[in-house]
Amino acid sequence: MNVSPVNQPVPTGPGALAISARGLVKSFGKVRAVDGIDLDVPAGMIFAILGPNGAGKTTLMRMLATLARPDRGSATVMGHDVEQAPHEVRGAIAMTGQFASLDEDLTGRENLVLLARLWGFRGRAAKTRAGELLAAFGLAEAATRQVKDYSGGMRRRLDIAASLVVTPDVLFLDEPTTGLDPSARKDVWRMIRGLAASGVTILLTTQYLEEADQLAARIAVIDHGRKIAEGTSRQLKAATGTGVLHVALADGARLGEAAAILEHWLGHSAQPGSEGAQLSVSAGTAEAASEALASLLASGIELSDFSMGQPSLDEVFFALTAKSNQDGDRTEVGS
Amino acid sequence: MNETGMPLLVRVARPKPPSALSNALVFGWRAVLKFKHVPEQLFDLVMTPIMFTLLFTFVFGGALAGSPGEYLQFFLPGILVQTVVFNAVYSGMGLSTDIGKGLFDRFRSLPIWPLSPFAGLMVGDILRHLIAATIILSIGLILGYRPEAGLPGVLAAFLMLVAIGFGTGWIFIVLGLLIRTPTTVMTLGFTFLFPVVFASNIMVDPVTMPGWLRAFVEVNPVSLMTTALRGLMSGSATFGQVFRALIAPVVLTGALAPVTLWIYLRRD
Repeated sequence: MNVSPVNQPVPTGPGALAISARGLVKSFGKVRAVDGIDLDVPAGMIFAILGPNGAGKTTLMRMLATLARPDRGSATVMGHDVEQAPHEVRGAIAMTGQFASLDEDLTGRENLVLLARLWGFRGRAAKTRAGELLAAFGLAEAATRQVKDYSGGMRRRLDIAASLVVTPDVLFLDEPTTGLDPSARKDVWRMIRGLAASGVTILLTTQYLEEADQLAARIAVIDHGRKIAEGTSRQLKAATGTGVLHVALADGARLGEAAAILEHWLGHSAQPGSEGAQLSVSAGTAEAASEALASLLASGIELSDFSMGQPSLDEVFFALTAKSNQDGDRTEVGS
Repeated sequence: MNETGMPLLVRVARPKPPSALSNALVFGWRAVLKFKHVPEQLFDLVMTPIMFTLLFTFVFGGALAGSPGEYLQFFLPGILVQTVVFNAVYSGMGLSTDIGKGLFDRFRSLPIWPLSPFAGLMVGDILRHLIAATIILSIGLILGYRPEAGLPGVLAAFLMLVAIGFGTGWIFIVLGLLIRTPTTVMTLGFTFLFPVVFASNIMVDPVTMPGWLRAFVEVNPVSLMTTALRGLMSGSATFGQVFRALIAPVVLTGALAPVTLWIYLRRD
């Protein structure tokens, strides 16, 4: 498994990059919100920027969407320089901000007609386009209601629809599911996948590890304005080292005995699970895990279940951020 | 919601880019829609001036001018100026709200004429000024106010009001761009406007004021606007009065329109 270290462009032809950024820096007063970030997003990919609140995700995205001017560094979107040709960049992108950027006093339909007219659809064509989007996003019935009466999920859907009046080459989504309930979140995920399937490059920020894991082909992890790691979800997980062996015992009374055996074979402490007679322990390799399992059986400890899991992205993230804080510098993932 | 939204998978290309004027008209249309959906905004705009008109006319009118009727004849053009100047605060609040909600981020990420959202604000403002002034004038007419210059005088006065509102509007557009909380825009706006509006010749003739205050009142742009408006509606306006009334709106526009552009385009 080969993870590209930070600072090295992904190995694709330059023509295939939808977004390319080098050394982006943006400060607000004394705070360096973005502190030298390189980014390469191949065309047609869902790319996630993962990081905690205040990591610089939104600022990075705003620079790429021409809403903020970089203090240093450069970036191109679909080949257009964000500094030199912002108007051309704007013609190729759409951005859905963190908070629904809609006119709450207007109806859903009016919001979309307004944007359609701004894009150049005239009269009837603007209404037709608004109608198509409302239908596609399940908002046809709410079309004539004011947006202030919409639920959070409906707003978010309308907000994304508003970004699709003209199909953008690159869609920026800033925390697209923050504040949504699980079912609305799944709706948004479906929409994002559908868009990617139609060839739209999507750059999304998220603080949900699961979201990046579910959606993105590639993930950049950002903390304190710096990129601390980049790769596929699988690569990031593998980069933290190991998988985890989970076992469930048939007889809870032998938990202590089983923990001792696992710790002996795997060299890590066994953590009791959240319920019943379960244990989790880091396992270096699948071979080591199967040896430990065989030893449990040889000692007559019966298992009701076992599984080998990769570490969660949460664990990966904490491992990466802890490392970057320790080193005071970027962590290179992989070899 | 159905499937993944299949119609989306059909890529929709960008139509021919619209003109700057077309962009501006779309924002004007938005301002008109606001009146349709939030008619109560007019209530906010006209209630204060209506209360002022009634209270000043009937409570102070007799004492100040001999009779409520005579006072109304003096006071009504001034209250129109006050209405328009106060109205400008609301458009600053609206702008602050739009920016706070991220609506302007959406507009700024579109390939449109960058100033078109402001053109829309102006359309909304002008409509607001005309509607509010019409309501106040109607109430004045019911109470017995009579513009000696008739309809032409009233039309000229309304044009002047639009110019005053346009000029004053820039102050609050700048505040709206700079201040994130709409209520702060309002508080700041009224803190600044109250002394300027009260230390003017809207309510009373300044002859009884102490000398230092009278000196201020006589050069206060609000006084100059009020004098011109009284002249236009009574048919006694001089060219000089109209000219002096327009100095402040012209200076404000010349100074603050570029500032507005600069703040809006600096992209922070």
